[in-house]
Amino acid sequence: MTDNNENSDVTPEEEGRVPKRVIGTPPSVGTQELLPREEPGEGGSGYVLDEKKARSAERVAAFFFTLTFLASIAFIFFYAVWPGHVGNIQRATRSNYTLGIALTLIFLGLAVGMTIWVRHLVTTKEIVQERHAISSTAEDREAFNEFFQKGAQESGLIQRKLLRRTLLLASAPLGLLPLVLLRDLGPLPEKKLRHTKWKSGTRLVVDGTGQPLKATDFNSPGGIITVVPEGAENNLDEIATSAVLLLNLPVDQLKIKKGRENWNVGGIVAYSKICTHVGCPAALYEQTTHHILCPCHQSTFDALDSAKVIFGPAARPLPQLPIGVDSEGYLIATSDFKEPVGPSFWERGRPKA
Amino acid sequence: MSTTTPPKAIDGAIGYADERFAIAGFLRAKSKKVFGDHWSFMLGEIALYSFVILLLSGVFLTLWFKPSMSEVVYHGSYTKLNGVSVSEAYDSTLRISFDVRGGLLMRQIHHWAAVLFLASTMVHLLRIFFTGAYRKPREINWLIGIVMFTIAILEGLFGYSLPDDLLSGTGLRITQGVLQSIPLVGTYLFYFAFGDAFPGHDFIPRLYTIHVLLIPGLLLALVVAHLMIMWFQSHTQFPGKGRSNNTVTGKAFFPVFLIKTNAFMLFTFAVIAGLATFAQINPIWLFGPYTPDSITAGSQPDFYMGFLEGALRIMPNWETNLWGHTVSWNVMIPALVPLGLIMTGAAVWPFIEQWATGDRKIHNFADRPRNAPFRTAVGMTTVAFYGLLWLAGGNDIIADKFHVSLYATTWFFRFTIVIGPVIAFFVTKRICLGLQGKDADVLHHGVESGKIMRLPNGEFIEVHEPASEEEAAVLQGKDLLPAPELEEAEDENGVPAPSARGPLGKVRKNLNRAFAPDEVSVDGHGEGHHETGPHDDEQLASDGVETGGGKAISRH
Ligand code: HEM
Ligand code: FES
Repeated sequence: MTDNNENSDVTPEEEGRVPKRVIGTPPSVGTQELLPREEPGEGGSGYVLDEKKARSAERVAAFFFTLTFLASIAFIFFYAVWPGHVGNIQRATRSNYTLGIALTLIFLGLAVGMTIWVRHLVTTKEIVQERHAISSTAEDREAFNEFFQKGAQESGLIQRKLLRRTLLLASAPLGLLPLVLLRDLGPLPEKKLRHTKWKSGTRLVVDGTGQPLKATDFNSPGGIITVVPEGAENNLDEIATSAVLLLNLPVDQLKIKKGRENWNVGGIVAYSKICTHVGCPAALYEQTTHHILCPCHQSTFDALDSAKVIFGPAARPLPQLPIGVDSEGYLIATSDFKEPVGPSFWERGRPKA
Repeated sequence: MSTTTPPKAIDGAIGYADERFAIAGFLRAKSKKVFGDHWSFMLGEIALYSFVILLLSGVFLTLWFKPSMSEVVYHGSYTKLNGVSVSEAYDSTLRISFDVRGGLLMRQIHHWAAVLFLASTMVHLLRIFFTGAYRKPREINWLIGIVMFTIAILEGLFGYSLPDDLLSGTGLRITQGVLQSIPLVGTYLFYFAFGDAFPGHDFIPRLYTIHVLLIPGLLLALVVAHLMIMWFQSHTQFPGKGRSNNTVTGKAFFPVFLIKTNAFMLFTFAVIAGLATFAQINPIWLFGPYTPDSITAGSQPDFYMGFLEGALRIMPNWETNLWGHTVSWNVMIPALVPLGLIMTGAAVWPFIEQWATGDRKIHNFADRPRNAPFRTAVGMTTVAFYGLLWLAGGNDIIADKFHVSLYATTWFFRFTIVIGPVIAFFVTKRICLGLQGKDADVLHHGVESGKIMRLPNGEFIEVHEPASEEEAAVLQGKDLLPAPELEEAEDENGVPAPSARGPLGKVRKNLNRAFAPDEVSVDGHGEGHHETGPHDDEQLASDGVETGGGKAISRH
């Protein structure tokens, strides 16, 4: 398994002035023989091996091949007998270790054995081989050109304009057909991106439990909870647009935008949870600063100031949902969002709200 | 011991095939082919054999995986999720992990192989680039490589989106947001891809078809083409003693390369199996099923998506609204520009180089990166650009580990993404020129022998001895042909030819200058060593180290 440099062309005196091998340069030639090389044989075969060293190399290779054999038996044993069946996490983990170790050894044994074989037992010599020409000869090209010209003439395509033109005409729209066929992949977007499930009177229900929420129950300052429209608790498509962060903010610090005076219920404010960057849930809330942080790309919104962007790649504030309470004291939306939620899109434009 | 006929069974089989397909002649020619030997050739092999593993383990996974987004209530071996409503895709992936013997192992093998496949492809591409191995006649194989790399990234993204866990679902959400941001057609693309609202019910089945059929089929075809072209053209070789542009030095395909490459394949398999055994990857049961309003903090995509993630993170929040239409530069630029720049740049590079240098020769020698300073510097610029974006994709982790503010890391990357690559360019170029100078020095003055001599005046000097032939051949092995002139660039009076005038001609001239090897003379070395080097005798020249190209060019 050692590199046998001693037999290369270099004489010992020369050896001293061979600088250390530079990474990225090939090793000096002739590193694999076990005995002084003979004259190159026909086709480059013919190192003569030192039979004693060769036999010990053979034994090492044989050891590794046997290892693979045993590992295969072990693999079958681990699969069928012990730990055998999976079905809970401990067993699955144990099975993964045992089968995995066996499989690794199967490959490793073969790989190491073959490496020893090729390095120490194969007698093929290094040779220099001519590269064959990459291109054809000039005559070949010439002959082909002639043949092609002749064939083209014979086909009649060159003289017969009508034939040629209608053939082109016939093939022109063919490329469109696959595209046309893809039309039914999905419906047109229409105005769907502008609306969510929320409308006037929809109750806010707690994500996960589906319970409606009374304003009086959501009274801990700094509280935060995710709510969805009643009736959409189990509909991922609706949740993906309608999920809302409900925050209980200190009224005195709240900067209320003009026109949004009655959008909150005593400091309880609702913002879309869908980040205006590319749509991750903006789910992290820092109570001391009242910042909402989207963990995907760290857009940061100021909950006190209409969720305006204070850092990160998002370009727009989180849209605010106008909320109120119904006759039973439950929190409800008083309308849909006044602007599209989530990431921007071409048709979006600047919303009026 | 040696006989001329193989054992009966083999002889019989070959005879049978030969009488039908003339196989003996074919095999004889093929098995004599010589393969050069260099560690960097193995990078492509790792990619190839990881791909083989992906095909095999992937087929295993298809036997149980259900590509469906229908909701089911989970009841199974992972008791913590019992009673939770999950998609069938997620449910079946949990079943593969916990209820199918060897299922977890195969899943982890599949995922680790994907990681290794992309990593080795990347490094392989880099080595091709930095050694100029993409030059004529290998441009087409370079293009095939770029295409394979691009669709392999997609394949990986689609693959890890299949289990519909919280992590990958978030990735899909981002993909959807990016689609939607594309001007003009974005919303249509979104609705067509998802078959209605996000997440809908169509997307994972569609990804599945693409993941198990379309892209693997395409990749397989490209891999085969890649290998056939590689076989036909042979590897490049680094310069060395006794090597020339028209020869390959190495050992025959049969038996040496055949055994070696199989051994290497098995090593690759062993490494992947070992990783899958000991290093957990993508434990989707810990992430939970996807819902659009949940997320885990600090989540990271697979490494090959990291640079896109980083680009999205550091992009300033530019958006314009004009005539009722919105353009989200903050999404479009990071999603399209880095990938587009790198892939398109890589794809057109060989042709730009050809155009700028006028070099249409056949190149069978691999350049040492230092000998092509401009190319190497451009390469490192790209590496820096990619690497910084990749790091920016983990800025939250960096902020956490180094206790700096998250926003500070973002600003840091916003600046370094601009200046980092520029610095990389100039530093690399200087290093290359320095190394060239050192090479020239070795050729001029020899190498330090380690022997110290005391001169009569008491001064100590180290004896320099001439470089060995092997070393000298390597050092000399750069393309010493005169800097390829632009044929019609200037006439005798120094008047630029028509093609060299105009903006395009100017660009070409400047590029030509950038590529020109006489850059080295800046350091006072350069081509000069050719005349004075201690080993610059007939012998080296007749080794054919740098004369080979001439023959090839004469064919034009
Ligand atoms: C370049 C080729 C490929 C790449 C990069 C790739 C990548 C991936 C990745 C990263 C996963 C996620 C695995 C996980 O952690 O659960 C995956 C899943 C999967 N892949 Fe592939 N894959 C490739 C080819 C294939 C092929 C050829 C097939 C089948 C013919 C296949 C079948 C599957 C299946 C069924 C799954 C879902 C099961 C699961 O996630 O456990 N893949 N792929
Ligand atoms: S999706 Fe929220 S910051 Fe990107």
